[in-house]
Amino acid sequence: MALDYSKKVMDHFINPRNVGEIDNADGVGEAGNPKCGDIMKIYLKVNPDTKIIEDVKFKTFGCASAIASSSMATELIKGRTIEEAWDLTNSAVAEALDGLPPIKMHCSVLAEEAIHTAINDYRAKHGMGVIPMEHHED
Amino acid sequence: MFVYMDHTATTPTSPEVLKAMMPYFSENFGNPSSVYSFSKASRAAIEKARGQVAHALNADPSEIFFTGSGTEADNWALNGTLEKAKRLGKNHLITTQIEHHAILHTAEFLKNFEGVEVTYLPVDSEGFVKVQDVRDAITDKTALVSVMFANNEVGTIEPITEIGALCREKKIPFHTDAVQAAAHLNIDVKAMNIDMLSMSAHKMYGPKGVGALYLRRGMRPENFIHGGAQEKGRRASTENIAGIVGFGEAMEILKGRLDEDKAINSARRDKLIAGILERIPHAKLNGATGDKRLPNNINFSFIGVEGETLLLDLDAKGISASTGSACSSESLDPSHVLLALGLKHEMAHGSLRFTIGRLTTDEQIDYVLEVLPEIVARRREMSPLWEDYLKSVG
Repeated sequence: MALDYSKKVMDHFINPRNVGEIDNADGVGEAGNPKCGDIMKIYLKVNPDTKIIEDVKFKTFGCASAIASSSMATELIKGRTIEEAWDLTNSAVAEALDGLPPIKMHCSVLAEEAIHTAINDYRAKHGMGVIPMEHHED
Repeated sequence: MFVYMDHTATTPTSPEVLKAMMPYFSENFGNPSSVYSFSKASRAAIEKARGQVAHALNADPSEIFFTGSGTEADNWALNGTLEKAKRLGKNHLITTQIEHHAILHTAEFLKNFEGVEVTYLPVDSEGFVKVQDVRDAITDKTALVSVMFANNEVGTIEPITEIGALCREKKIPFHTDAVQAAAHLNIDVKAMNIDMLSMSAHKMYGPKGVGALYLRRGMRPENFIHGGAQEKGRRASTENIAGIVGFGEAMEILKGRLDEDKAINSARRDKLIAGILERIPHAKLNGATGDKRLPNNINFSFIGVEGETLLLDLDAKGISASTGSACSSESLDPSHVLLALGLKHEMAHGSLRFTIGRLTTDEQIDYVLEVLPEIVARRREMSPLWEDYLKSVG
């Protein structure tokens, strides 16, 4: 292994933010599979009136960049509306981490997918239409 | 504390070895192929080293050929033997699913570009090849059997003597990649029925950039490196004299302390294994136990955590280790060795290897046992897989 992670990736890996679960979460989403070595689970607490994500937690099985991507993604969507959170792209997550090694970009994609799945879970439970998910090649 | 527990990746060149090498850079720099008397010292140094390596293996010095690495020795043995066999109408190679990439990727090359048929023998859950499987795989087209002496990831020691005897009976050349084994075990090429054997100096406190291929008298694989007449016309390239001298010295020192080292390493290995099993719930030891495992290898899988995270957490505590996780490689697949042992992907992704050696102390073993349980517990705490696993086992 000879991957050089940015200081931000290492920071979010060593001290990940928003780790855990939310009891009775309003939306839960999971992405990845154990075969590939990455699973990410996101829990959302959404204000029913403003649609603002008031709390978000994650649990991730995966490498350092998967954990750092989850941590950064939760920071980026906390306090945003579910509409704003939907528009968070994987490249924005990677950028906020000062970049990921090319072979690790799929970790940021996983974060985007987990958030989308969680938001759709919320929308489905609240009678809002489910938004079709884009599937990334990577 | 700096704790180096990756002796299987490489070892430091020992001070005595370095000292023996030093005169062969700037002082006795003569090209061994030159005629003048100044070059005699270079020739003599190489022949001394050849004797040291041969002696350690119970081989004849004329049967030792120095190469640039263990990988080159593997490439030579496979390519050269299959090339030669072609003329006899034989094009079948038997090897195993758990070989080092130096063998596996060479076999793939032969399959893709030379029309060689390759049989990859499976292993059992501890990593053992069955002699009967070798017997069953042999056909009248079989040109070579290549089975590693001991596995680099999980440390399983293969039944080399028995496979060698079978190959003798069937009159098929037998090669073994002993790059790891030669650093820890007594090897007698005659008693063990070995025809070809690959080695590397830097795994045994020698320098990097030098290896050797043992070729039993009569074994004549086609040349792999073409050029000058070095190594009796079998392996071209101006000799890496200092490296070769270092290899010889390292091998002699190793042989002199091998039994003692084996006892010390085995005891520390077993202490680390027992300590991990005792302190970390749901830890799985990968590979065999006791005498059938390399004395310096400890390999575990921790369900729920991924290997790279463990390596980085350990690194932050000053500990250097290794993993079979995909995250340490360029592909999405975890270690082919762990998968061949039957591990599920998530278990293979969660593997951690410690390989101890001369730099290891009892205090370091205690230190690893002190920090590892916390690291595994903390990462499991943030893993959805661990949560699911706990539910599944109740």
